[in-house]
Amino acid sequence: MTPLAVAANENLAQISNYLIYSSMAVYTLAFLAHILEWTFGSRSKVARTAAALTASQAAEAPAVQVRGKGGTAVLDKPKVITRSATGSRDVPDGPGAAGGDEQGDLYGRVAVSLTALGFLIEAAGVVARALSVQRAPWGNMYEFSITFSTVAVGAYLLLLALKKNVRWLGLILVTTVLLDLGIAVKVLYTDSDQLVPALDSYWLWIHVSTAIFCGAVFYIGAAGAVLYLFRDSYESHLEAGRTPGRFRTSVMERLPSSASLDKFSYRINAAVFPLWTFTIVAGAIWAGDAWGRYWGWDPKEVWSFVTWVAYACYLHARATAGWKGRKAAYLALFAFACWIWNYYGVNILLSGKHSYAGV
Amino acid sequence: MSTTDKAPGEAPHDSAPADTPETPDTSAADATDLAAGAQLSTAPLEDAPSAPVGIGVLGWARWFWRQLTSMRVALILLFLLSLGSIPGSLVPQTQVDAMKVAEWKDKHEFWVPIAEKLQLFDVYSSVWFSAIYILLFVSLIGCIVPRTWQFIGQLSGRPPGAPRRLDRLPAYATWRTEKSPEEVLASAKTLLGGRRFRTDAAGTAVAAEKGYLREAGNLAFHIALIFMLVAFAVGQLYKSEGGKLVLRGKGFSNTLTQYDDFKYGGLFSPDSLPPFSFTLDKFDATYETSGPQKGTPRDFKAYVSFSEGAHGKPVKTEIEVNKPLEIDGSKVFLLGHGYAPVISVTGPDGKVIFKDAVPMLPFDANLSSSGAVKVTDGYKDKDGKQEQLGFNAMFVPTFAGEGKGTMLSQFPALDFPVLALSAYHGSLGVDSGLPQNVYQLNTSKMKEFKDEQGELFKKRLLPGETMTLPDGAGTVKFEGIERWATFSVTQQPANGLALAGAIVAIGGLAASLFIQRRRIWVRAVTGKDGVTVVEMAGLGRSESARLPEELAVLSAALHQQAPSAPGQPVKENVEGERG
Ligand code: HEM
Repeated sequence: MTPLAVAANENLAQISNYLIYSSMAVYTLAFLAHILEWTFGSRSKVARTAAALTASQAAEAPAVQVRGKGGTAVLDKPKVITRSATGSRDVPDGPGAAGGDEQGDLYGRVAVSLTALGFLIEAAGVVARALSVQRAPWGNMYEFSITFSTVAVGAYLLLLALKKNVRWLGLILVTTVLLDLGIAVKVLYTDSDQLVPALDSYWLWIHVSTAIFCGAVFYIGAAGAVLYLFRDSYESHLEAGRTPGRFRTSVMERLPSSASLDKFSYRINAAVFPLWTFTIVAGAIWAGDAWGRYWGWDPKEVWSFVTWVAYACYLHARATAGWKGRKAAYLALFAFACWIWNYYGVNILLSGKHSYAGV
Repeated sequence: MSTTDKAPGEAPHDSAPADTPETPDTSAADATDLAAGAQLSTAPLEDAPSAPVGIGVLGWARWFWRQLTSMRVALILLFLLSLGSIPGSLVPQTQVDAMKVAEWKDKHEFWVPIAEKLQLFDVYSSVWFSAIYILLFVSLIGCIVPRTWQFIGQLSGRPPGAPRRLDRLPAYATWRTEKSPEEVLASAKTLLGGRRFRTDAAGTAVAAEKGYLREAGNLAFHIALIFMLVAFAVGQLYKSEGGKLVLRGKGFSNTLTQYDDFKYGGLFSPDSLPPFSFTLDKFDATYETSGPQKGTPRDFKAYVSFSEGAHGKPVKTEIEVNKPLEIDGSKVFLLGHGYAPVISVTGPDGKVIFKDAVPMLPFDANLSSSGAVKVTDGYKDKDGKQEQLGFNAMFVPTFAGEGKGTMLSQFPALDFPVLALSAYHGSLGVDSGLPQNVYQLNTSKMKEFKDEQGELFKKRLLPGETMTLPDGAGTVKFEGIERWATFSVTQQPANGLALAGAIVAIGGLAASLFIQRRRIWVRAVTGKDGVTVVEMAGLGRSESARLPEELAVLSAALHQQAPSAPGQPVKENVEGERG
């Protein structure tokens, strides 16, 4: 490289750093806006869950909800009536963090807009980093981490754009994104640089990008599973006729019902699982080219396998009597914990052929 | 997310049928309703753990088999498989890195006996790990075979008839129309058939089903897993992996005796090594020259002349880190590289008795290397006595500088190469029959050459420099520097089978997770007032999200052909009609 090009690249790397720091500032504002959303939302005092639970117990049958709008005029399309599963509680979803409060909703919208802005800045930071090193920006843990949170926020915004009801995820997501970026810039930071020869392959684009994508989306699934566990225990609390504390009620009432959270988490995990399978297979093909064997029980390979089998367990559990619900959710969290360990633990603590952490 | 897309968990085994009627009018209806939900999947029925039935060994065997092939045990075995893989990442594995195992054993002496008992250094071939995955795969086969038959049966069967009470299904729509029931049913059959549902008209209702590919995908996925395991086992049994260090200008031909080290599986035969040879013409390496990652390798390339078969014509080609050379099922990988100082030794009589490039093994990232020079033949000391010479050698491609003390290299390229030698004479012990490490000097039967202070004679040399051994014992010249590269040649059969298995597994998995298997029923009967009542209902597996949406689309389409009759609106709340 000519000295001029080197200088240009260092400039770009610097710009990338500024962008990442700026995105952190914007995410912090989004975090504050979400806090305001939750605070104002606590003014609403609806306790629909308890009402729904007692109502459905009184009727001794699941309630029925009607989909579609309009009256019963002759020319209307037929309405579809849905009925919930036997055995699952029939509880409506909470109204969301804003709790129907107008001011809360306004702050919620502000938070989402700020998150979208933060996402654009962060994505630009990742692109600038890629330009500065003139390769895929996935050569060390710092680069993995900034891409990881960009993808997680992108997936969340995409779900919002598809009109899915996921704004309840906002606060948790922004908090963890800040945590991820904080660790990235403080602990994992590595000067932008080129790759060791073993990483220099088009498989890097395929294998590493899908790995990061899977992790980011599994994260969203895991967040859903955690909230499911909280919400589910809240609902059983109510069902047992006890009165949960005021703070707990206020927060839990605004979340979607446990059934919705459970389904959300399942769909996310199930949708990513084939891609995760592909990631491992692509890694094996690359290993076959780089190291002469497609599978050699390297620590990274072991933990990818453990993660994969754990998610397979989770999917199985949901088809097995007695394992649905909470037990399946614990399995999902175990599987995600394996993913996280594979990322931080294996990269930093265990040495193997995948030692590219750069820390 | 909305709560309106709920559907019952009607995998036939795991919950009661879609509805749990509260009144006793329904035992007959129950049976149809159960059939309606049945066989939406071929997942085995999950019975509670029950005591063995029948007598004696056969009873127990049958009980054991039923347990083993149940979903519950499959789940437990899967979980054990994931837990069982973990120790292998925390304790070094012999098959991965035998050196690390030895190191670990030194450091954790207390744990060694326990770890060895538990086969913790060979987790993936240990008895307990094998037991887990063999049981799992037996369970898998025991589960797949009946499921496949059942599925084939379902493919040739018809969708089950409509349950008596359609309004109890997870998605339901109804309206009244002036068309006759026959017309409505005929339209429904065409409509559903046109959307690639498989339909069956029976009595007052049309039954339709779609999404068989889900089951097919799921079966294909599980079967592909078996193929992948077989491919992996075959690969392990027939594989071979050999390592060879090749000096620039020197060659290698693919026979067992040429390898420096060779590992192979239980069923490998040396005849399966494809005949080929190559010469290393040139080796290039570039390194980061500045910044915090100074010295990190950027690019390695080996230029070789390669000939296939016993007497093939040489072809020039390149081998890079991610780009192995493939020949006839074998792959030649570039693994590492290093330096080989060229050293010549002249005896007291002035005759050159040794001249060779001696490879040094690097021990750090900047290629600080060590090795041994062994002069086995032709040396006579100044009294004419036959002896052998040995030199311990350290080589650094970039020397820190005089006075900086260490012989540790500062950079991996040849910026300031320095060779340090210490000299011995006597017997190298190479004839004793014991295998010797060529990179280490065994000084047990050798005497040190002494310098003036009576210390071991050692010297640092720059390329071209010569050192004179004490007492006119001869001279040693550092002539220049050669390079070497290490290659590994591997053979692992059944790679293609493993890859095919993996592709089928991913495809099957996608089909299994993204396709919904669901049923739609349409019933049309003439009501008391002579107007036709149309009912539509859908049933899917518990996770089917889109069922209500799909029913909405289908009912709207049917509604166009059988529009609502004027007059009394349909009741919205079916609650009131509950029996
Ligand atoms: C070798 C280890 C196994 C792996 C990695 C594995 C993986 C999976 C995965 C990922 C699914 C999810 C697909 C879906 O939900 O449709 C699944 C479904 C299923 N597996 Fe396995 N499986 C294994 C062994 C077994 C065994 C031993 C059995 C039988 C006892 C079995 C029976 C089933 C059944 C019946 C389903 C479909 C469940 C449903 O209909 O929802 N699997 N498996």
